[in-house]
Amino acid sequence: MFKDQIGKQSNKVKNVVERGAVKKFAESIGDLHPIYFDEEVGEQSRYRKNIAPPTFPRVFDYGVIEGLNLPNKGLIHGEQTFHYVRPLLVGEEVYCYSKVKNYFEKKGNFGEMGFLVLESYGDDAAGNTIFSSTSTVVISEAVRKVLTR
Amino acid sequence: MSTLTELQIGESLKDIQLEPVSRMDLIKYSGASGDFNPIHTIDDEASKAGLPGIIAHGMWTMGNLAKLFTEYYEEGFIEDYSIRFKGMVFLNDVITLKAVLKEKEENKLSFTVQAVNGQGKDVLKGEVVYHQY
Repeated sequence: MFKDQIGKQSNKVKNVVERGAVKKFAESIGDLHPIYFDEEVGEQSRYRKNIAPPTFPRVFDYGVIEGLNLPNKGLIHGEQTFHYVRPLLVGEEVYCYSKVKNYFEKKGNFGEMGFLVLESYGDDAAGNTIFSSTSTVVISEAVRKVLTR
Repeated sequence: MSTLTELQIGESLKDIQLEPVSRMDLIKYSGASGDFNPIHTIDDEASKAGLPGIIAHGMWTMGNLAKLFTEYYEEGFIEDYSIRFKGMVFLNDVITLKAVLKEKEENKLSFTVQAVNGQGKDVLKGEVVYHQY
């Protein structure tokens, strides 16, 4: 039921690496290094700016993939990757979108499981990719039955 | 602060042991990340989902794990970070974060990274490729 979604993607959404959001995020993962929020430390660094923690892209809006209806319950986050060309800078604009990369089913301990692989991107204003990430979401048979009902 | 350049294959970064996981940790992460799935914060919702209690966001643990590398920000950055979520993290679990240098190739350092619970089980395991300037 997700197979026909492979290749679909969302429209790019403009996000900003907001100073307050970065600080709050860093606090929430106990990564309170001044490089994330102290302006002077940022200016003194090789980046000349504050940067964001590597898992910060979790907060971005990636737009909507038309026709992809994921339930908000019963999903298991199986795997996650990030690839960076460079760290994200506080204050910069990032254009984000997602794509359905793959979907397959496999027999597991809990019956037939579905694996949905979503690929997400963050580009700069010129269209150069700053980061990409993949999330593998596991969907159990029970949840899929509810969805197709 | 030492530098990553001095690190030899098989050597580890300094482990970090987190405080026992609290509900407030997960409430804060929900707010900061925008992931308000209630199985991470509300007992009833967790039990409705068949869980013995609320569980931490996988991304909370993954976010924590990356901080092993933060202090080296002038030397390089995390180029690749890939994780498999292997076990659930419950309230009061004491999680230890680890990174071992596995391979060095030119300016790329590959680390095996893991988050281990109080029973010694990996809850999260994967790899960091650190790009040195």
